[in-house]
Amino acid sequence: MSDRPRSLFQKVWEAHRVRDLPTGQTQLFIGTHLIHEVTSPQAFAMIRELGVPVRFPNRTFATVDHIIPTDDQSRPLADDLAEAMMGELERNCREHGVQFFGPESGAQGIVHVIGPELGLTQPGQTIACGDSHTSTHGAFGAIAFGIGTSQVRDVLASQCLAISPLKVRRIEVTGKLAPGVYAKDVILAIIRKLGVNGGVGYAYEYAGPVIDAMSMEERMTVCNMSIEGGARCGYVNPDAKTVEYLRGRRFTPDDATFAKKAEGWLAMASDPGCAYDDVVTIDGSKIEPSVTWGIHPGHNLGVSESIPTPAGVRDDERAGVEEALEYMDFVAGASIAGTKIDVAFIGSCTNGRISDLREAAKVAKTGHVKAGVRALVVPGSMAVQREAEAEGLDEVFRKAGFEWREPGCSMCLAMNPDKLRGREVCASSSNRNFKGRQGSPTGRTLLMSPAMVAAAAIAGEVVDVREIATGD
Amino acid sequence: MATNEDVLVRIESVEGTACVVRGDDIDTDRIIPARFMKVVTFDDMGRHAFADARKEAKGKHPLDDPRYSGASILVVGKNFGCGSSREHAPQALMRFGFQAFVGASFAEIFAGNCTALGLPCVTLAERDLAKLMDSVELDPAQTVTVDLRAKQVRSRAGEMAAILPDGVRQQLVEGTWDATRVLLEAGDAIERTAASLPYVEMPGR
Ligand code: SF4
Repeated sequence: MSDRPRSLFQKVWEAHRVRDLPTGQTQLFIGTHLIHEVTSPQAFAMIRELGVPVRFPNRTFATVDHIIPTDDQSRPLADDLAEAMMGELERNCREHGVQFFGPESGAQGIVHVIGPELGLTQPGQTIACGDSHTSTHGAFGAIAFGIGTSQVRDVLASQCLAISPLKVRRIEVTGKLAPGVYAKDVILAIIRKLGVNGGVGYAYEYAGPVIDAMSMEERMTVCNMSIEGGARCGYVNPDAKTVEYLRGRRFTPDDATFAKKAEGWLAMASDPGCAYDDVVTIDGSKIEPSVTWGIHPGHNLGVSESIPTPAGVRDDERAGVEEALEYMDFVAGASIAGTKIDVAFIGSCTNGRISDLREAAKVAKTGHVKAGVRALVVPGSMAVQREAEAEGLDEVFRKAGFEWREPGCSMCLAMNPDKLRGREVCASSSNRNFKGRQGSPTGRTLLMSPAMVAAAAIAGEVVDVREIATGD
Repeated sequence: MATNEDVLVRIESVEGTACVVRGDDIDTDRIIPARFMKVVTFDDMGRHAFADARKEAKGKHPLDDPRYSGASILVVGKNFGCGSSREHAPQALMRFGFQAFVGASFAEIFAGNCTALGLPCVTLAERDLAKLMDSVELDPAQTVTVDLRAKQVRSRAGEMAAILPDGVRQQLVEGTWDATRVLLEAGDAIERTAASLPYVEMPGR
């Protein structure tokens, strides 16, 4: 190995390269494969047809998250289709010797929440999962890809992917975040600046004082939405916080070998002076609490700003802005604050972790959900749920008029009974505001931080969370 | 799903009538709304392609336009297939009958998923694409050819240079787009790489 300084991306890539393929792609070994009920059954069917076994059953881990109901999880599930999918996953795991973290394991949850919680996600790994938000795991300095079902088949059969190397863009967030501004606002600001396609062909390396100051959970929120900026993966270099987070987790080594392991993890970080294909700097102190107003995550604004007018945007954005305004039925030029909401959703792999619930609960304590607003809090995993309940957050939310639910993806994409109805407007801590995303073909989604969602639930409209005195 | 057990399926060109769906940034939730993903096979997916958009259009969506029925090439705008990694989107379009996509640009994961199914996604220069769209809308019965060998899209609008990554073109033309096969050829090299990684426990080690 040469001693030329390398980025984390390059180090991980080189360590996992099995061979170069004639197509110019790399055959990359995938160290950790995460599966769930929606994108795996067809893949298992395909390898069965091919007559090949799962190559590394001990490196594939399963959970159930997308279709699981968040009110009553008792079996059989009330929805026959959901029950069939869950049953199929259980059967496949049993048959192939794959470890399954279902509800009875006490470790079930959204796949991107439980990977880190269990310590399965570690620096320097390659991770793949049939879900685009797999980029979340990059918070630990892993290279983590969302893949399609055929690729799930490839990983099951060979534990490898055929994949082209990416360029690396370092995104430095400088300064310090103002109070009331969260990781969600940072990633929304990045996507706003670079565009929803700006990251195509890149891995994003998030760095700078704002990212350094973030907790692991906040870094997960940032990396989670890399894909919404077009980047196939995003990562943060491992540091002391990464190591501390992983200490004592179920799948991290015990004390005797931990220090040595941690040393290896830290050595994966990008070397000083390594080359990047691009470097972008964003002033973190200028970021406001952000809200989306349109139909993709790039359609976002600071809460004090006004909805754009078609005349006021670049030519290549105009058609999209017009389409978004029409779908959302919002008035161009109106301020986004004051937009009435019908539903509030706190949860998802972006913002369904304990720190998210704590921030939302602080706001929930200041009032009561506005009459006519349906408000849901859905912990990202059973572990998050237990922790929140031990702290009494469930009570805080219930007292404030929120429903406290069982863990799952819930209303993030509404493959379970939690759905918007008709034209409802939802303040949501999830990651996608695409048309129809939350279960109603005409439903409308406003993405924001969990604290902003809680504030909107109470006010019945979009408000600036900085104006709420949480006694913090 | 059909796999290419013993023969490599070479995809050198796709020929047939085309269908135009205009608009940029058409995401996978549009192509196949999530509620239709609650299935354990892809068999039925074709019926639900663009379900919500078609319902909204009340029969006026291109996919319901009888002039386009039986089309095997879908012509689209910019950033087609953005959004989630769900392979249900190309699966739905494939099962609806499309065997190739021509557009201004494609979302990366979508295009990758298409390649894995042997469905070429080729892009045209903006002006060519506009001409092709107009031509197909005017005369939907014409034959359109997506020729991967010649890197061309041919129609009554003329011969146009088709762009697709060389590696992808090679995979389709040579029939190595079925990645599982190619990956398994690496044999023991997979285990050797695995054994060199500090976090992968090898059986018997
Ligand atoms: S919470 Fe939403 S984005 Fe995350 S895995 Fe579930 S459905 Fe996907």
